[in-house]
Amino acid sequence: MGTIIKKYEPKWSDRFYLVAILQGMMITLKHFFRKKITIEYPDVKRQPKPGYRGLHRLNKHEDGKIKCVACGMCASACPADAITVIPIESPYEESRPSISEKYAQSEERFPGTFEINELRCIFCGMCEEACPEAAIELTEIYDFTYLARKQAIMDKESLLDIFDKTKNGNFYLQEAK
Amino acid sequence: MFNIWITLIQIVVVFGVTMLGIMVCIYLERRVSAFLQDRLGPNRTGPKGLLQPIADGIKFFMKEDIIPDFVIRWLYILSPGILMAPALLGIAVIPFGKPFELFGYTIPMQIADLNIGILYILAMTSIGIYGLVLGGWSSNSKYPLLGGLRSSAQMISYELTMGLAIVSVLMATGSMLMSDIVAEQMQNGWFIWRQPLAFVLFWIAIFAETNRLPFDMTEAEQELVGGYHTEYSSMKFAMFFMGEYASMITVSALITTLFLGGWAVPFVSLETLDSFGIWGTLLSVASFVAKTGFFILVYIWVRWTLPRFRYDQLMRLGWKVLLPIALFNIVLTGILMAVWK
Ligand code: SF4
Ligand code: SF4
Repeated sequence: MGTIIKKYEPKWSDRFYLVAILQGMMITLKHFFRKKITIEYPDVKRQPKPGYRGLHRLNKHEDGKIKCVACGMCASACPADAITVIPIESPYEESRPSISEKYAQSEERFPGTFEINELRCIFCGMCEEACPEAAIELTEIYDFTYLARKQAIMDKESLLDIFDKTKNGNFYLQEAK
Repeated sequence: MFNIWITLIQIVVVFGVTMLGIMVCIYLERRVSAFLQDRLGPNRTGPKGLLQPIADGIKFFMKEDIIPDFVIRWLYILSPGILMAPALLGIAVIPFGKPFELFGYTIPMQIADLNIGILYILAMTSIGIYGLVLGGWSSNSKYPLLGGLRSSAQMISYELTMGLAIVSVLMATGSMLMSDIVAEQMQNGWFIWRQPLAFVLFWIAIFAETNRLPFDMTEAEQELVGGYHTEYSSMKFAMFFMGEYASMITVSALITTLFLGGWAVPFVSLETLDSFGIWGTLLSVASFVAKTGFFILVYIWVRWTLPRFRYDQLMRLGWKVLLPIALFNIVLTGILMAVWK
């Protein structure tokens, strides 16, 4: 049993249209006085929701040591091939607590070079998922631009800087303050 | 001699004010449309974005002025002017304020009180259409041509309604002088109350006359890529653009004069206005500007509310609905006049 949809037959009064037009104009008038949804971007910045995938950062331990153990998981997980990790021997003296015992042996490795090409990156968040040390994370920063391709390749230092900028909660909330 | 100077000053002032009005219109169009769509619109250039029209103008000046090879050159260059000039000329016969005395002269707040005032305006608005038609035709390409053709057909259909709506006003006034029409309304009540049908008809017709939505068949971006001005760029396009707003101002002033008592101030009699001297004149001008501004706002408001008519609907509305009603209205007016006399 299907439903029978009656064809719309305009009533005699509908044919004057003027009423409908006035109704329509009242609707637009209501919108005129509504709160505007425009965000005036450079002055006011949109607050991304939690889980937003923006610019990367490299996390640090409490004591300031780099969490990354240069295992290369992120680089191999990356579908865009945006990450380059070149491991070197760890400069840290004492061994660090690893969050996953499985990769405890990787403590001796250390990212000598860690570069992310933000132009290649598709911000899928796979690197974040793959990292056994929770060392790489995507932050809420969305307005980053570059004047040259070279600048788009974020090196280790700048990624660590991003961590400093974002570790105390929302970047844009802090900026607004 | 004095009169000539007065007239010259008036011309300059009215021209300047109309140009300013066009800029205000462009600003309003952009801001109001944004507000109706829950946006903010341009608000960066100057306070509240008030300088935006100037920025727009500068942008148009800076653009490359392209004249395609295939156009009929002299018509192509002329037609923006043909659209713009009559729209501005039409303003000349509209009384926009109470006449006032200065050094023993009575200075009318009107550039020329022609004894064929209304005919003159009708003629001017019709000539403006040549701008569109010729612009479309001389562009020598298909979309502008279609836009131009549509505009000519549309004009013929709606000019008729417009004219007939005016006829009933003329019957009640018995004069084509614009000042007489205003005086008549001050004496016996505004025509919006005495001729409500004619008012509505006229209002609808001027939307078609100025090619504004819901009757903007000539532009119809989605179908005609911009219609008659597709091939135009830079300042020539801006002229079309400004011409549209100029004619909007003219017809808004016209409907104010014809149906809303022109410069009459509501609830204030002529004698009271007289006693105010120069302030009375200013008050009347303010009243006129307010009424005209209202119609311009409604223009913009309607544009951002209603969808466009289909071409056949447009024609059907013009010939089968508005025209008979207009004729009926004339007959009705005649009968009522005969009964009351
Ligand atoms: S977000 Fe995706 S594309 Fe970007 S670096 Fe990480 S894994 Fe690669
Ligand atoms: S960021 Fe994580 S996944 Fe990538 S190399 Fe370092 S520890 Fe391994």
